Amino acid sequence: MMEQREIIRISDLRRDFKVGEETVHALRGVSFTIRKGEFVTIMGTSGSGKSTLLNTLGCLDTPTSGEYILDGARVRTMGKNERARLRNRKIGFVFQNYNLLPKTSAIENVELPLLYNPEISAAERRERAIKSLIAVGLGERLNHKSNQMSGGQQQRVAIARALVNDPVIILADEATGNLDTRTSFSVLVLFQELYRKGRTIIFVTHNPELAAFSSRNIVLRDGKIISDTLNPSPASAKEMLESLPSDDD
Amino acid sequence: MNFFNLFKIAVKALNRNKLRAILTMLGIIIGIAAVICMLAIGQGSKDSIKAQISEMGSNMIMIHPGNMQRGGVRQSADDMQTLKIADYEALRERTAYLAAVSPMVQSSGQLVVGNNNWPSSIHGVAPEYMDIRKLSVEDGEMFTESDIKSAAKVCLIGKTVADNLFPGGTNPIGRVVRFGKIPLTVIGVLKSKGTNSMGMDQDDVVIAPYTTVMKRVLAVDYLGSIFASAMSEEMTDNAIDEITRLLRDNHRLQPDADDDFEIRSQQELSEMMNSTSDMMTVLLTCIAFISLLVGGIGIMNMMYVSVTERTREIGLRMSIGARGVDILMQFLIEAIIISVAGGVIGVMTGCVATWMVSAIAGWPTAIMASSILLSFAVCTITGIFFGWVPAMKASNLDPIEAIRYE
Repeated sequence: MMEQREIIRISDLRRDFKVGEETVHALRGVSFTIRKGEFVTIMGTSGSGKSTLLNTLGCLDTPTSGEYILDGARVRTMGKNERARLRNRKIGFVFQNYNLLPKTSAIENVELPLLYNPEISAAERRERAIKSLIAVGLGERLNHKSNQMSGGQQQRVAIARALVNDPVIILADEATGNLDTRTSFSVLVLFQELYRKGRTIIFVTHNPELAAFSSRNIVLRDGKIISDTLNPSPASAKEMLESLPSDDD
Repeated sequence: MNFFNLFKIAVKALNRNKLRAILTMLGIIIGIAAVICMLAIGQGSKDSIKAQISEMGSNMIMIHPGNMQRGGVRQSADDMQTLKIADYEALRERTAYLAAVSPMVQSSGQLVVGNNNWPSSIHGVAPEYMDIRKLSVEDGEMFTESDIKSAAKVCLIGKTVADNLFPGGTNPIGRVVRFGKIPLTVIGVLKSKGTNSMGMDQDDVVIAPYTTVMKRVLAVDYLGSIFASAMSEEMTDNAIDEITRLLRDNHRLQPDADDDFEIRSQQELSEMMNSTSDMMTVLLTCIAFISLLVGGIGIMNMMYVSVTERTREIGLRMSIGARGVDILMQFLIEAIIISVAGGVIGVMTGCVATWMVSAIAGWPTAIMASSILLSFAVCTITGIFFGWVPAMKASNLDPIEAIRYE
């Protein structure tokens, strides 16, 4: 297999928080490299530092020390506005609770990141939003309002929104956490499809079962990596979905 | 950041909560409507006073005898005899700023025709008086310079006098009325001027040559007052200076002596009356601005609630690439849209309310373009001012916390 381009490189990443007099060490020296086309699950119990890691990877937070290079850009030394621009162009976020704008159509929700990019015209914005929604299987529901859709559909809209700016990395934060088993698997199927198409995905979760579906699994505990394993043959979420008892009736 | 995109974002955000936006607007709408309406009423009453005054002759200057002392005793105005025919003639011949001058001697008495009688006052004047007071003859004609010379027994009567002495539409011209013991032939009827701003009937008057009144009616050699009109309103002050100089000269007053006459101009009168209506306008406008302020605070309140309520939305926007300044602008634009849209509706409401005030209550009103412009400026400033603090709060949110806010 050919060596793919490095998307993320972090080395000795540390993050301290001051809570009153005490200093909490959320990350105590985390290092890894993620290459294009990987589907990485990051696991850990609550307090393991995975949220802090996700915030750092998402350029929402800056590490106390260590280096973070996202697609060739050194994030640690960047200012607030530069990081906002980076989030806008290079990162797609998928959240646990979807975070769609209420009373807003799917297409407008998906267009949102592009509204903050002045280089993209209104026509292109719309075209890309539609393409993105078709890619997540919502081509029929372009004008549905967010409150007229099921949880699974809302999460698909959120994934479409994460894809619309053609990011180098998709960051999913417990993206299946609010969904029932069936819908979780159908969302997972979507992530695997994206993975097969060459997207780089980081999926943060506390659910150990999901590790089987990714190509690499990183486990955090107390701010350190305790295991980093490759999974050469990820299980198919599609087969799992088909093996589940149908709840249509 | 593309401003147009931000504008779109703000409009969409407002659109998601229409009712609240409209309710917030209401404060601004009422405030602006009140400002427009109050200023229109103020301006309207000012305009109507101005119109009344200019109807009386806006360039008019009145000279009365005054401030006369005899051995330290001040005299009442009736006893003052300081204005003479010579003064009138001097003013007529030797001034540069006066367009017209007329003496004025006045007497009250009973007018009698046949078995009708009517109490009125007779004004002895020169023909120029018509121009000065903006009077005109409706029927018949004005007396002439030769009537003055001969102290002719002629007069013109006002509408009220005509109606009372000649009821039933009899033509008064050519008829003889008695004023006291003096028979006067009516040669004309004055055009009606209605009541003046003080409520006095301007048609209850008889005018006759001043010589007639002085010699035949009152038997005096001094004038009650002198009326004059300046060339233009702007020349009034110059004219007053000139008159003062001339009269002091004529009366041989020592440089340190007080004037023995008093000069009043219509301008002063109009300033006095304007100051009253100005005060009312200021008062009403203050109240209107207070309601606008309350409306502004309403916007601030709503924006604060909105920022708290939409914390997650703000977090999301930031995580997908909105900078702090984008968020700031979005909320600021939302506030400005509310206040300016409220302003537009407020202006329309204000115009309708003004129209209703003049239609129903019959008050004079005048909507000034400047008050509309002022309202818009105030609206925009209100929006920026009261939107600023909540918008700053929104833009300073930490995206990490905001996105997980419950």
